[in-house]
This record gives sequence, C-alpha cells and structure tokens, in this order.
Amino acid sequence: MEKFDVIVIGGGVVGTAVLRSLAAYQAKVLLLEKASDVATGASRANSGIVHAGYDAETGTKKAFFNVKGAAMFPALTKELHVPYKQVGSLVAARETGLPALRVLYDRGVANGVKVEIIDRKRILALEPNVSDQIAYALYAPEAGVVSPYKLTIAQADHAVINGAEIRLEEKVTSLEKREDVFYLSTDKGTYAASYVINAAGAGAAEVNALIGEDAPVQTHAVGDYYILDSKEAGVVNTVVFPLPDEKGKGILVAPTADGNVILGPTSRKIPHEAAEDNEVTRDGLALVREGVGRLIPSVNLRNVIRVYAGTRTAVGNDFIIEESKKYKNYFMLLGICSPGLTSAPAIGEYVAGQAAAALGLVKKQQTIPLPDRFHLTKASEEEIKQKVASDPTFGRIVCRCEKVTEGEILAAIRSPLPARTVDAVKRRVRAGMGRCQGGFCRPRVMEILSREFGIPLSAVRLGDKGSEIAPYEVKDGYEKI
Amino acid sequence: MKKFDVVIIGGGPAGMAAALGAREEGATVALLERDDRLGGILNQCIHNGFGLHYFGEELTGPEYAKRFRDKVLSDQNIHVFLEAMVLSLTEQKVVRAISPTEGLIEIQAGSVVLAMGCRERSAGAIALAGTRPAGIYTAGMAQRLCNVEGYLVGKEVVILGSGDIGLIMARRMTSEGAKVKLVAEIMPFSSGLKRNIVQCLNDYDIPLRYSTTVTRVTGKERLTGVYVAPVDEKMQPVLEQEEYIPCDTLLLSVGLIPENDLLTGTSVEMSRVTSGAVVDEYRQTSAEGIFSAGNVLHVHDLVDNVSEEAYIAGRSAAKYVKGELPFSVTVSVTPASGVRYALPQKVHTGEGKVKLYFRVDKVYRGRTVVVTSAGEVIKRKKTLVMAPGEMQNIEIDKSLIKGDVCIYTEE
Repeated sequence: MEKFDVIVIGGGVVGTAVLRSLAAYQAKVLLLEKASDVATGASRANSGIVHAGYDAETGTKKAFFNVKGAAMFPALTKELHVPYKQVGSLVAARETGLPALRVLYDRGVANGVKVEIIDRKRILALEPNVSDQIAYALYAPEAGVVSPYKLTIAQADHAVINGAEIRLEEKVTSLEKREDVFYLSTDKGTYAASYVINAAGAGAAEVNALIGEDAPVQTHAVGDYYILDSKEAGVVNTVVFPLPDEKGKGILVAPTADGNVILGPTSRKIPHEAAEDNEVTRDGLALVREGVGRLIPSVNLRNVIRVYAGTRTAVGNDFIIEESKKYKNYFMLLGICSPGLTSAPAIGEYVAGQAAAALGLVKKQQTIPLPDRFHLTKASEEEIKQKVASDPTFGRIVCRCEKVTEGEILAAIRSPLPARTVDAVKRRVRAGMGRCQGGFCRPRVMEILSREFGIPLSAVRLGDKGSEIAPYEVKDGYEKI
Repeated sequence: MKKFDVVIIGGGPAGMAAALGAREEGATVALLERDDRLGGILNQCIHNGFGLHYFGEELTGPEYAKRFRDKVLSDQNIHVFLEAMVLSLTEQKVVRAISPTEGLIEIQAGSVVLAMGCRERSAGAIALAGTRPAGIYTAGMAQRLCNVEGYLVGKEVVILGSGDIGLIMARRMTSEGAKVKLVAEIMPFSSGLKRNIVQCLNDYDIPLRYSTTVTRVTGKERLTGVYVAPVDEKMQPVLEQEEYIPCDTLLLSVGLIPENDLLTGTSVEMSRVTSGAVVDEYRQTSAEGIFSAGNVLHVHDLVDNVSEEAYIAGRSAAKYVKGELPFSVTVSVTPASGVRYALPQKVHTGEGKVKLYFRVDKVYRGRTVVVTSAGEVIKRKKTLVMAPGEMQNIEIDKSLIKGDVCIYTEE
C-alpha cells in the first residue's frame, strides 16, 4: 500500500489549489480525481469571474477568502501563464435600484474592496452598449475574468512538476481512519495517508459519508450559458451584472479571458442525482436572452458558438472550510460555490498551511516555476520563425479557427498532467473551441491522441470512459486515389 | 517576400480550377492549401454523382479532384504550398501563411482568389439543448471519420437537417450496418438535392419528417437519445408533441457557412444573404484584385458549378494583373419575388453573355423566371420545378443591359 502524507480528494480548482500549495512543502502528496481530467465539474462550467468581493456578507468565510483570493490573481495568473484580465465589473441598475447599490457599496467598503457608484455618463464611457434603462452602477475596477479550467490545469501541472502526484479516473470508494492513519481505496488501488482533504465538490457529501462524517445538506443549482464568437468581443468591456436577487448574482454579460463573450447563468434547483448532468434547457436559454436584453440589448445572438450548463453546489449560506471534529486531520471543503473560483488560491494556501502545521511539514527552499508554453497566436514573428525551424510541428495548424498548431497539442499531451482526451486537449490549447467547434480539427486531434498513446482511433474519447467518439471500424478500407 | 501574379487561398475544387484558369492567361500562381493534399472536402466524398455537368460522366469525389490535381501538379508555374494555413490577407494583397516546412510565408500577390470553402454549422451554433455527450457530430465530421479514417461513429442514428452531406451520410452509415431512424428537417422542404433524397433515403426506407426538429439530447458520456417535435408556423417546437427516440448518434446537417474569417477587418463588401463577398461577373469583390469563388462565395450544391465559377475567377484574376480586365459601368443585380439571392450581384455593361446564378426561396412548380433591366424584360424562361436546394441559372445578353437588373419569378 502506498503511503502519503496528504491525500486530496477532488481535482477541481479548489483541490488543485490545495495540491499546488502542498507541493511547496517537503511532503508526499497525492490528488485523486474520479474523472478523466481535472476541471471537469463546476470548475469547467462557470462564469470565470474573479469577483471583487462586495457581494459576500461581511465577516463570512466567503468574504474573507474572496477578497484575499482576488488580490492573489494578478501575480498568480502571471506565474502560471493563465489568461486573466482585470476588466472591472459593474452592477448595473435602473433609477430605482440606487438604494440596493448603496447596500452593495457599503458592504464592499466593509469588506475592504475598492468600489464606487457611478452615474450613466461614466457607465457609458465603460460600456457604450448598455441598455438605456440603466442609470447607476456599482463599479469595482479590480474585478476580473479568468479561464477557470486553465487555472485548474496550471495549478495541477505546477503541483506535479514540484513532486505532487495526480491519479485520474480513481474514484474513492472507501475511506476510514484507524489509529492515526487514513485508509482509502479506489477502484484501482489502496492508499494510506496521514491527512485527508475532501475537496470533492458536488461529491463531497458522499466522501463525508464514506468516513462517517455528517453528510452536509447540499443544494445544487444548474445554470445555462451562451458563449459567443470572438468577433462579438467588444460588445462588452467589463463584467456587467444586474442587481443580485435571492437566487444569486444574476445573468451577466462579460468578455472571457480568452476573448469570447459569455452570457449567463440561470439558476435552476436540481436534485442531487442530477448534479452532474449539466443539462441545457430551452427555457433556461430564453431566460438568459431576456436577462441579457435588460443589460446589453445589442448583443448579437447570431454569433453564438456554444451553449452549456454548469452546476454549483452550496451548503447553507457560507463555505465550510474546517477540520472534522470527529476525525482529526480530516479536512473538509464543502459548498465552495461562487465566489469559489476567486477564493480558491487563498483557500489552497490556508488549507495547505493547516495540513503542514498538523503534520509538522517544512517548506521547500524553493519551488520549480511552471514554464510558459509556445502559443502561435501570442508569439512574435521572430519567435514563430525560430520555433518552426527547430520543430516543424509548430508550423502545422490543426485547429484553424483558434490557430492551434500540432506542436501545441503535442505539448498538452506531454504536459506534467497529460491531456488524454479530446476535451482535455481542448481545455488546454483551445483546439475545437472556436467557431466551427471542432468540425474540422476533431478528427485530427483524435489522430494525434491515437498516435501518441498508441491506441486505435476507436479508443479515443471525448472525455470520461464511455465517450469514445468513433467506436467502430468500417467494414472495408478504401484505396486512396 | 515571395512574389506571384495570382495567389489562390484554398486547394479544394475551387482553388484548383482557379489555378488552372489563371494559368490559361499565363499568370504565375501560388496555391496555398491547409491540408496535406489538394482536393479539399472532395477527398472524403467517396460517393458518385460528381462531374455530370462538367465532364459529362459520373465520378466519385476523389476521382473528380484527381482530374484537377493531376493538371495542377504537372504545371511548373503553379507553386503548391501544402499544409500552409493563411493567417492574414491585406488589401495591398500581402498574404501571410505558415507551414511546417517553410515556416512563415509572406507573399506579395498581384491578385488574390479566395477559395477557402465553407464550414458546417455546429450544435453550438443552433443552441442545441440537453447534455454534452459524445455522439453528436456534424455530418461532414462523421463523413471524414468514416471515409478517410475508417471508423464509424455509431450504430443508431438520427439526423437533424436534410442538407446533402446529411443525406449522403444516411446512406453511408446504413451501408455500414447502422440504423438511421429518422431524418428531421425543420423546414417544410429539404435544402438537399432531390436525387439525394431519392437515392439516399427513399431507396433505403429512411423516414424524412419535414417541419420537425430535435428539441434536446440526453446521455452523459454517450448520447442515449434525442427528443424530436414538430414546429409551428413560427418555427417554434410544439413541445406537447415531443417524442423520444433512443439513439447513440446525432448527425447535424443544418447548414454551411462560407469561411470568410480572413476578410474580417478588410473593406470587402459582404452579402448578408450568402455570407460571401459581393462580386461582379468576374467574381471580383469590392476590393480591387481580390476575387472569390466556390463555397466561400456562396454555398453550392454541385461541384461542377464550383469549378465553372472558380475558373472564371482564376482567369479574371490573371487578367487583372495584366490590366486586361474591362473597365465599364456596373449595374446591380437584385432578387425579387421568389428569388432568395442572385449572383453575381453586379454586372458590367458591354458585350457578350453573362450567366446569373440564383436560388429560390421555396419549392415552385411551373413558374417563369423573369429578368429585367431598367424595368424592361430582357429574358424569360419557363421552368418545371425549382427547389431551394438546387441552384438555378439563366443566361442574359449583356448588350441588353441598360440599367439595374432584377430577377424574379412569376406564375
């Protein structure tokens, strides 16, 4: 049985943040993830907003980690080479919404967030396309947008090059504590650990139940989103929210960190069994269109390239970030819904610190930085020339919409946490994320995966087990003319 | 910087015909193709039916492509760049491309022919509701996987849309042992060719339901089924009549979009109807020296028409470089009653004949096509049947053109 100092369960943005922070210590650490890649749950399908921190009630964990996390983003995303833009956010309100904006303003000030209430003239300077109904807005210049899955993946890669291990497609099936040791088994192996961190997201209640800890009452809400073609970029410059209501922060319009436009989400309660279905509904999409119309009516929905849904799991009104009272050294991260993405880096640091203190772990003298990768669309003329001369695969464009080269795809497949599926490649390098949605490049990405892993094309998957894309061989081959 | 008289972007049927057309006028030609071989989508179209008009015989897609490819490759004055993806094009006609063997390629062109073809409308573009499992493909992607890679995407199939590739794939998958349960078409008519409906669906007893759409899909890792429903006159699904069809595959054949992304940021005038450039009879766009032909100009149903159109564009592009393209007044060609679009959208006055291509907006029987110029009828043609899926054409005498041209149908 393999023995680890710390095992993290769950490879979302929170679990990988914890793992990355743990990798800064001299310790043997492991992350177990049931899916075929990290960032396949809520960390994949969310709004990708770095919230400024005026939204959460003062004094809550949400407020604390939000504000602390948001401040980490500029340096962190630079260090991990993750797309991030500090575009600022607006909560846009009608004439009658001013009192509600004042409440948010006061909360922002109390939480230590830079906020101001601006009038229509200043709103128009930021957002020329805003609805003529909008009179006032709460402006938070330090809010931003980030690619949530790229952050998760970069945290994972960075942890791995610093000695942490990640095992994918291993679902924890039992967890118990005997004396001072935790014993975990998965469908593939058994492990022992001195410290266990439950960062299983929507599955966190099940993990708690395995060990005998109280299973928290989770509530799940699914939200529908539209993603628009990058040619629609420019219709919105900042993250534009409506006034929040009891369901949440409402349907927003925002640029994405990768240059698209995002619209959504709705908020529809779903039962626990459906938490991973992520089903887009026609009604949900209609609500998004209505909501967007109230903020930026000129958004052109003819430029939609993708619709999807994401689920957020809450436990009560605040995050639960605490050690189990029953089981010492079992740490729980429950209900990390919005602003979970923003909070994740701060949560990671905090929880790793807790584990280190409990186990007496010592920090490494230094950690290995995550190297930046070549991206054709970001490289200079000179860099491109040198790169293609040394490796011709960087001159072979596979995804024509996003201009992704074979070399970039190979780098993703050979990265510290290798991309093993078509979707995993897509999340790392954007092949298939453009306007044709993989219409041309998917068979080529499949060929590359098949070649690199030495598997037949029929075994190449979109994502998790059972998602083979072209599972059958045709009866006859055909001669090339 | 390299220099060529004519640079052709795209080495499919349009690009190859344009190259041959330009050579006929003596131009030096650069042909840039992003794939590792010439032929474009023809290479995955292993069915027959190509070339009936152009060659007077029935060929498969690869055979049709080979006829052009052999000529192109044997011409020393056509420089073919393979695996060369064009990154940008300026109105000064500087073309920047990248390829694994040559790295960054920069070419100053005398004239440019756009021949990039089209792409398929995706599940995202139609905002398909439901889950996001494997098992949903554009028809062309499934066709490539089947005919080029040799793998079948599934066994129980529903097809949304009755575009030609969808119809062809209905037959293709059936011949590989799959069961095609339904072809659902949201319109009250098909955008595909009549012959494909007969030969690919009727001959195999595959049901085709008009005014029907897929409302959502189910399945987590792999598609498990789709809901279909009829649509009302506003094209909205009647959800009370939703019906569940278990299947592991949904093919989408819901439209083709000319790939004109290279033109973003240029002044080239575009048509909202065709999503291609506005051109004259030489297939010259509003940017002087930039020509367009094939599916990047407007979506064709027959490759024969693509070849004919691209040949004109290639010849004209070469003539432009020599300064031989006639200067004269242009008049506009506009569609009216029953005609969705007509192309070219501009015609020069002068001598000779010009063929106007057009599509009707629904199925018409026994109609007369009328062309007027400056309000006077200059041509009439009786037709038996005209369908939106089949491009029509009518030839007119340029000498009769005295003012703006209008094309319409009447009882």
